[in-house]
Amino acid sequence: MRAILLLIGATLLAPPARAEVTLALSCGSVGIEARLCREGAEAWARDTGNHVTMISTPAGSSERLALYQQLLAARSGDIDVLQIDVVWPGILAAHLLDLSGALDAVARAEQFPAILANNTVAGRLVAMPWFTNAGVLYVRRDLLDQYHLPVPETWRQLTDTARRIQEAERAAGHARMWGFVFQGRAYEGLTVNALEWVNSHDGGTIVAPDGAITIDNPRAATALAQAAGWVGTIAPEGVLNYGEEEARGVFQSGNAVFMRNWPYAWPLVNAEDSPVRGRVAVALLPRGAGEGGRHSATLGGEQLAVSRYSRHPDEAVALVTYLTSRAEQKRRAITAALNPTIRDLYEDPEVLAANPFFGTLRGAFENAVARPSSVTAGRYNQVSAQFWNAVHTVLSDHGEAPAVLQRLARSLERVRRHGPW
Amino acid sequence: MVAPAARGLSALALERRRAAWLFLVPMVVTVLLVAGWPLARTIWFSLTDARLDDTAAPAFIGLENYAWLIQDPDWWNAVRNTVSFAIVSVSLETLLGLVIALALNERMRGRGLLRAAMLIPWAIPTVVSAQMWGWMLHDQVGVVNEALLALGVIARPLAFTADPDLALWAVVAVDVWKTTPFMALLILAALQLLPGEIYEAAEIDGLGPVGRFFRLTLPLIRPALMVAVIFRALDALRVFDLMYVLTGNSAATASMSVYARQHLVDFQDVGFGSAAATGLFLVIAAATVLLVTLGRVRLGAAEDGR
Repeated sequence: MRAILLLIGATLLAPPARAEVTLALSCGSVGIEARLCREGAEAWARDTGNHVTMISTPAGSSERLALYQQLLAARSGDIDVLQIDVVWPGILAAHLLDLSGALDAVARAEQFPAILANNTVAGRLVAMPWFTNAGVLYVRRDLLDQYHLPVPETWRQLTDTARRIQEAERAAGHARMWGFVFQGRAYEGLTVNALEWVNSHDGGTIVAPDGAITIDNPRAATALAQAAGWVGTIAPEGVLNYGEEEARGVFQSGNAVFMRNWPYAWPLVNAEDSPVRGRVAVALLPRGAGEGGRHSATLGGEQLAVSRYSRHPDEAVALVTYLTSRAEQKRRAITAALNPTIRDLYEDPEVLAANPFFGTLRGAFENAVARPSSVTAGRYNQVSAQFWNAVHTVLSDHGEAPAVLQRLARSLERVRRHGPW
Repeated sequence: MVAPAARGLSALALERRRAAWLFLVPMVVTVLLVAGWPLARTIWFSLTDARLDDTAAPAFIGLENYAWLIQDPDWWNAVRNTVSFAIVSVSLETLLGLVIALALNERMRGRGLLRAAMLIPWAIPTVVSAQMWGWMLHDQVGVVNEALLALGVIARPLAFTADPDLALWAVVAVDVWKTTPFMALLILAALQLLPGEIYEAAEIDGLGPVGRFFRLTLPLIRPALMVAVIFRALDALRVFDLMYVLTGNSAATASMSVYARQHLVDFQDVGFGSAAATGLFLVIAAATVLLVTLGRVRLGAAEDGR
């Protein structure tokens, strides 16, 4: 395995005379992410006189997780520093070093608390926040202005606004107009969307941080029933099979008033060839109605972690510290709109000049809600699969929300084998 | 065959018997190594709490995994999916295969070419043909929806592989497309061995074409037909690639193999996944016993009645 990984990786040359150790780093393997990661690692290698080998891992996240698990289960030191998804700290915690020593109190206070909490498993900070992500609402500003309607504050307002504009636009001859598109396929993205609906109605996070299964509650049922009401009215039925890109396809062709998506869509909907270029705004996702209703956005993003089987843990931690530093995060934000995890970078004039929509995003990150991956640890994938299947059942009108959630709670009890997670 | 008791056998027979066992040894050892050992490992793992993400050594937990397995509605859903898939697809394939084989058995121009062309769906690797059908059945860009819309059969595109009510039947349809040639070929081989004289005799006796089919052809090809059906049924019960490529892990179509893989790989639960794999093995073993017994009984009855 090591030989293969070395073959697909490319050794970065630092002056050989000063070279001390060689670290293997796995980060984004395609596009601008890969380039930025390599540049950062090269800079660190130059400064410290070490080598860094870039390891190419699969771009698909489940394949990458499978590879990591295989390597780590074999206690392999082939990769020293790993880029890991926001839901993996719980799954991989046993194989990762505690990085809390590398983050002093001042640096800790600069980070978004939701991300630090997510990356902390049993009191150990197993991964350093690198760049982040949270769900936002994309709005057709021009249509809202045309019909003199405000940006919706609650989900109910979103439903009404979407219906009114959809009907008016269709009457005006725009037959393919829809009100709202989101990610409704039975996959991790549906867990992300549905957690936002449930949490914004104060319906909890499926599994509470203390391990209790909380999803079977009336507020969660209200949230899901409301979402089921969208399908076929303000959202196309095909939304049941939409991922991020399908939703963006509909919105970017000008066929939807609202879209839930990640910030990555912003440069794309404003690209030269985009039909809706310059007519879009980004807003916080609406809050649920009633008491306890709040703006929620599911946390995404990537972290850097150090394998406990690394032969050079000190240098590996130093590399992680360098790559997640303020300067490096700022460079990445300006070049590629990768969202920093250091809060005041959202007020940095240079960052804002490159990404004017970052001001809104900061609110989304402050409201970010983490998926219950740290508490459910190795069982997270199973919990998420049960949850998205249950939500899909409600959305496709194959079951009533309260009954489906009751069944879901029982399945989750079985998943955790009636014991602790 | 060797007599059940060694007593009364000549020295030569004993010698031969020893030699037979000697010749069998390499094969028995190989089978134990490549089939027995993995199976035994799987059964052992199914009795432990082994996990891929857990570095601790697995502990023996008895039948606990099986207790959880039979409580899981998703497992029974997978069993139901697999059995419906096997029954419907094998029935359709047998019926269509029989019709095609009868047609190809007639003397006509271009018969050789037709036989070769018929084999194409069977020759394409399943993953490739499943991906191909995935695109053809797509709700936005699929040619199947386009054709049905143009013919006025449906009013708007159907999401064949995403709609839980349609997905399993879409998978069955792709399997029928793929495997009918296999059935047709096996049945055609049996048809070609039938002697012409009895058909001439039947014609002289005034038996019509329908009577000839039911009273001569069907009883005569039954042994070959049963072998083909048993073969296909066992294959259908362990189906994995079609479902996985067409619909992923979707619960609407998940077969027992898909369920076992999801727990073994996606959920890292080696113990529980092994219990599911053992469950799949038991279901297939039961189906084999059932089909072989049933097949023999029918064959015996047919011979008695002749």
